Amino acid sequence: MTADAMERRPGADRRARVWSGLARQGVLAALLLLILFGALRYENFLGAYNVLSVLRYNSMFALVALGMCFVIMTGGIDLSVGAVAAMASVVSALLSPLGLTPALLGGVGAGLLAGLLNGLVIVRLGILPFIATLATMLAAQGTALLLADNQSVSVSWDGLFVELGQGDLLGLPIPALLAAAAFALGSVMLNYTGFGRTVLAIGDNEEAARLMGLPVDRVKLGVYALSGALAGLAGVVLASQFGAGQPTEGIGWELFAIAAVVVGGTLLTGGVGSVGATLSGVLLLGLIFNILNFENGRGSISLSAYWQSVVRGLVLLVVVVLQSRLTGRRAS
Amino acid sequence: MVDAAPLLAMRGIDKSFSGVPALTAAELTVGRAEVHALIGQNGAGKSTIIKILTGAHRPDAGSIQFDGSAIAPASPAEAQRLGISTIYQEINLVRYRSVAENVFLGREPRRLGLIHWSRMNADAAALLRQFDIDVDVTLPLGRCSIAVQQMVAIARAVSTDAKLVVMDEPTSSLDDREVEVLFGVIRRLKARGVSVIFVSHRLDELYAVCDRVTVMRDGRTVAQSRMGELGKLDLVMAMLGRRLTESEARGIHGTERAGGAPLLEVEGLRRGHRVRDAGLSVRRGEVVGLAGLLGSGRTEVARMLFGADAPEGGLIRHKGAPARFRAPGEAIRARIGFSSEDRKAEGIIPDMSVRENMTLALLPHLARAGVVDTARQQRIADEFVRRLGIKCASPEQRIRELSGGNQQKVLLARWLCTDPELLILDEPTRGIDVGAKAEILSLVEELADGGLGVLMISSELEELVQGADRVVVLRDGRSVAELEGDALTEDAVMHAMADGGEPAPGRAPAAAAGSGTGSGGVSGGGAEARGG
Repeated sequence: MTADAMERRPGADRRARVWSGLARQGVLAALLLLILFGALRYENFLGAYNVLSVLRYNSMFALVALGMCFVIMTGGIDLSVGAVAAMASVVSALLSPLGLTPALLGGVGAGLLAGLLNGLVIVRLGILPFIATLATMLAAQGTALLLADNQSVSVSWDGLFVELGQGDLLGLPIPALLAAAAFALGSVMLNYTGFGRTVLAIGDNEEAARLMGLPVDRVKLGVYALSGALAGLAGVVLASQFGAGQPTEGIGWELFAIAAVVVGGTLLTGGVGSVGATLSGVLLLGLIFNILNFENGRGSISLSAYWQSVVRGLVLLVVVVLQSRLTGRRAS
Repeated sequence: MVDAAPLLAMRGIDKSFSGVPALTAAELTVGRAEVHALIGQNGAGKSTIIKILTGAHRPDAGSIQFDGSAIAPASPAEAQRLGISTIYQEINLVRYRSVAENVFLGREPRRLGLIHWSRMNADAAALLRQFDIDVDVTLPLGRCSIAVQQMVAIARAVSTDAKLVVMDEPTSSLDDREVEVLFGVIRRLKARGVSVIFVSHRLDELYAVCDRVTVMRDGRTVAQSRMGELGKLDLVMAMLGRRLTESEARGIHGTERAGGAPLLEVEGLRRGHRVRDAGLSVRRGEVVGLAGLLGSGRTEVARMLFGADAPEGGLIRHKGAPARFRAPGEAIRARIGFSSEDRKAEGIIPDMSVRENMTLALLPHLARAGVVDTARQQRIADEFVRRLGIKCASPEQRIRELSGGNQQKVLLARWLCTDPELLILDEPTRGIDVGAKAEILSLVEELADGGLGVLMISSELEELVQGADRVVVLRDGRSVAELEGDALTEDAVMHAMADGGEPAPGRAPAAAAGSGTGSGGVSGGGAEARGG
């Protein structure tokens, strides 16, 4: 007997694959539509100044979202990234008089430590990721305030440190280049390494992954460490870009990152996800903010920052509902 | 190395879980290029011994010799490296990943350290083609049929250069044709020198592919033999721990209750490949037993009668009129109750009180304008605690603090307080001690004397023979015998479970020893012999 007889619905499978492809491309299509809308409506929307500042500003969120994407693909969550980024920004600001390298390593290292702590608590003690990273979030917030003595910490302007956040290379903002490199590496890691495939297998069916003999605990520890380190890097960029370590920044970043990941089509239950679509998700949410600014600038409306948040929330809801419709059809 | 040495020899394996022994001096020996059947009732220790072999559990005592050396696998990964691969009953693969990935996860072909996708896909396709499976390996596994998923699991196991493949009930979700494909694969594995441990409850299947058999009961190895030397009836006896000489005709319970009006009549009930042609009837004031080996479709039949699953064919008549319950709520309104076999998962709410647990099914009637009439609830709870002799400090005690037998009584009370006409009890005495068992059974009898119709599913022959007025035997989803009066003996039920009335079509014929002993006094003819 051949599988032809066993494979009952070849037509349905083909349709399903088209749908799943659409769902993945949906966020990219929405992003392109939004860009087209902005370009037609506002004169300076595609001007170098706007494009570069959008990229520069959103690169921090992109780094955090990349780490979150890996965590969510294992079926976990990391609520600590915002607080960890704030803590790392203080650490790197404090170290910045020593030069770029100590500040960079210090900030990323602080994030890595927080991530490893998350991972160890989750893997070794069996604490739910939601609770473990919530605890780390509170601890990191407190640590940031302690280190900064409850105020922002100015960075040293003497060395190269501020270049990291404010400088350009080949006409492009350095933080955007950093984020681009991180996403390129992340994409290769997800699609072409055992680590990446194991991440997806764990989110799909952790017990099965274990029974297949995959290194489940090691990979879970790895994703939280990665998320922490990327949040640390985002914190370094934050300090460098704003010229100060910001102990109270980062509140709500984790939610922005989760939103970007979900908009990018990654399942919150894990097992399905895409690094590229996460980047599209970050840019989509960032551009909505940008476009509302333009709209305010035209004077046709006057939306406060609070309203902008409401609008973002609505967009998130719409995208997620559309997506569950698409994937729902895919599943049936 | 001596050629005659077995591939696997597990000896003297002990294992207990929080003080409760699951295995006692268990043994399992598998030869090279041998297909070995492992059978036993629920809780006999099959899964535990397999999990020890595959590194999911560590044994408390005993030795494992594999391929000439002593092993003690600490994880599934280590067992796999040693050449032991397992295909679990719940297919343990990742559904969103492609077929090819599921074959190669953890051992992907690499180029420059990165996964070589095109080679992986080509290798996976080639591997599956060896098993006559021609499927698009880039499809997510979840979109393939169960049979294909099973083959993928096997392909994964084989591609790790396994010397021993363990298949835990691989056929439980396959149809006949798919089972044939699987058997082809097993024979091919054997031809390559790979040994297979095959766990199944379908006796015919065992005779069709297996060379030797190990029977387990209560955590012990009770029989090891060549397949052909052990008849089906011997297998069933070994599994159930009964000897023909021991079993007797119905004992204490001799009083024939006059058959009342039929409550439920079922003919030709069908659903999937688990239930193929089931028929039975229950009258008022009658206890009807439903017997059959694990996987014979007992619970599936009960669920359809209760409206929890929809039948694909067949006729259900309720009090003479055709009925189809689309949901348990409709069955409850027709005054049918169903007490599930899994008390923990589907029955009790552990942290609620005895009173609340007992009146859950009754809540819609107890509420006035949405508010529960606690005074009435209290009265009902008090009444049933007294009537059923439930031992608890007070009806306010949390149910999880009660013994298994008393929990079961609370569940019985839950249905009794809805004033049912028909009660379906799935394994009402599982996991409770001997004294409580007798109490539950006499309670059931009392209820039947009061006019209640009872359908009782049980794995314990003694319980069925003594507690039921009539026993319907299911085999491979078919009603193969109906026994009552003097014809209702443990022997007769065992015969029917082993051989049924006739060999099922499309399956391999029974081995000589089994079919010879299988015909006496059972089958359709036995049903006519009403005693008394």
